[in-house]
Amino acid sequence: MLSSIVQALLNGLVSGTILAVPAIGFTAIFAVLRYPNFAIGSLATIGAYAGWYANVRLGWPLEASFALAFLGAGIAAVAAEWLAVRPLEKSGALMMAICSLAVGIVLENMVRFGFGNDPRGFNVPLMRDIRFGDLRISPQQVENFAVALLLMALLWVALNFTRMGRAMRATADNPELARLKGVEPATVAAITVVVGGGLAGVGGMLVALDTAADPLTGFRLILSVFAAAVLGGLGSIPGAVVGALLIGMVEELTVLLLAPNYRTAIGFVVILIVLTIRPSGLFGEKSG
Amino acid sequence: MVNYLIFILVVAGVYALLAQSLTLSWGLTGLVNLGLVGFFAIGAYASAMTTKWAGWPIPLGIAFSILVGLGVGFLVTISTLRLRDDYLAIVTLGFAEVVRLVASNEIWLTGGTDGIAGVPSIVPRAWGPNYHITMLVIVTSLAITVHLLLNHLASSPWGRALRAVREDQVVAAVAGKPVVLLKAQAFSIAAAIAALAGAIYGHYTSYVAPEIYQPLITIYVFLAVTAGGVGRPLGALIGSYLLIGFLELTRFMAEVVPGVTPVQAAATREIMVGLALILLLRLRPDGLLPERNQRAPKPVAVHPKGTTS
Repeated sequence: MLSSIVQALLNGLVSGTILAVPAIGFTAIFAVLRYPNFAIGSLATIGAYAGWYANVRLGWPLEASFALAFLGAGIAAVAAEWLAVRPLEKSGALMMAICSLAVGIVLENMVRFGFGNDPRGFNVPLMRDIRFGDLRISPQQVENFAVALLLMALLWVALNFTRMGRAMRATADNPELARLKGVEPATVAAITVVVGGGLAGVGGMLVALDTAADPLTGFRLILSVFAAAVLGGLGSIPGAVVGALLIGMVEELTVLLLAPNYRTAIGFVVILIVLTIRPSGLFGEKSG
Repeated sequence: MVNYLIFILVVAGVYALLAQSLTLSWGLTGLVNLGLVGFFAIGAYASAMTTKWAGWPIPLGIAFSILVGLGVGFLVTISTLRLRDDYLAIVTLGFAEVVRLVASNEIWLTGGTDGIAGVPSIVPRAWGPNYHITMLVIVTSLAITVHLLLNHLASSPWGRALRAVREDQVVAAVAGKPVVLLKAQAFSIAAAIAALAGAIYGHYTSYVAPEIYQPLITIYVFLAVTAGGVGRPLGALIGSYLLIGFLELTRFMAEVVPGVTPVQAAATREIMVGLALILLLRLRPDGLLPERNQRAPKPVAVHPKGTTS
């Protein structure tokens, strides 16, 4: 029993780290553009398919496929932002959120139109699990974990040590002040959407690597992404990381103790509890 | 063909009920319910379970589903009504998924993914074509009744208070309106209307299963309400019939394109639905019938003789 709990926590650590990638994307877009982007699930799906296309159809190695997943989803995100969501800026965050949901439906079905409903597996070698006593982990999990960590490290460096990164954080903190300091809001918004969408795309590919890519890959992810972001505090990047780790572990423990089918419902329960007790989440700003 | 047309019109009536629900929560009060389909499902299950398995008479089952909708609607709003409105959007979106999850997995309660077949019908199915015509009359009059009630509510002091909450919560609170209570009332009643729609639909099609309650249904209702006019109950009513016309048109359009697989045809329809909503929000967010400002009551004796203003 104990070893299965430790195993669940280990699995949760890996899946939580992977979940952190799209959760950062969602929360970063919220921080800068001030609306919840419900297209995030479809962007993850686009990333999964872009990565699959590069890996299987073009025969690229996984590293290059990740780059295409990032670019494909990032470009789709910024195109949707410019064409559909941004024109509604004056109508308020809620209208933008509804519009992003419609965008998500369009994107998901463009994928379905192009590739059908069949699951698409990646071209990865089957390898034996690595064992530590009773614990086991697959080499693919280790690699995905490393990719997610590397991406987060890159993001941390970009946010703290580049001009654009600082401009993004400044805009998230106080848009008016950032504008007075000469930060161009449109550029910051565009780059945030590319990066946020790109992260969702890589997240989708990481999840698809474990199983397969299908048009609902991203949709199955969104409750966990929302839960991670709300638990950490909507708009907080460190919050999204911690939130994702906790959600990942709680989900794996749920699989162990409850019916595995309720894995995704955990996210919803966590959202309700957090919003009732501490709406600003672990690291969030005031949300009243 | 005629039977099909009648079937379509009954479905349109069910959407008209859902659109009235969304008009109350979103149009009048500004509370976005992205989990509308979840309440639709709960209503369908509540009435189907009580009438099929517990043998309740159908009117009692429908009344029960309205109560369940009211109660669950209240529960869903508790945690979010004091927060920014986008939190409610996230919670409701998740809620609809959880409803589908519970419906698929709690086999002892809901029949699981097989659903509940043979839900009792309101009038005998043996009537054949007359069955559909009778149902059309019932559903349409129900939609019109709910619409008239909502119209009445919208122009009442309560409806004005809801609109005040929608426009500016702080101002409404300063003016002494119980903002949280008003939101909870509006959202719960709206949820009850959606549950009623679900109950009726379940009894009409005689089949209730998790796969029916796709998130896309919520988008359809948003499309209907946006097309007809957000905040105008009559707009939502007309919008629902426009929606059904549009959905049939997309079915036709997707089928005439040569060399397209069924999956691609279905995807094309959903793309058209999504694009239609995006374009409407952009080009005509007020819809066909924009909300009218109520005229302020005529002030009595503004400048009585001998006083200055």
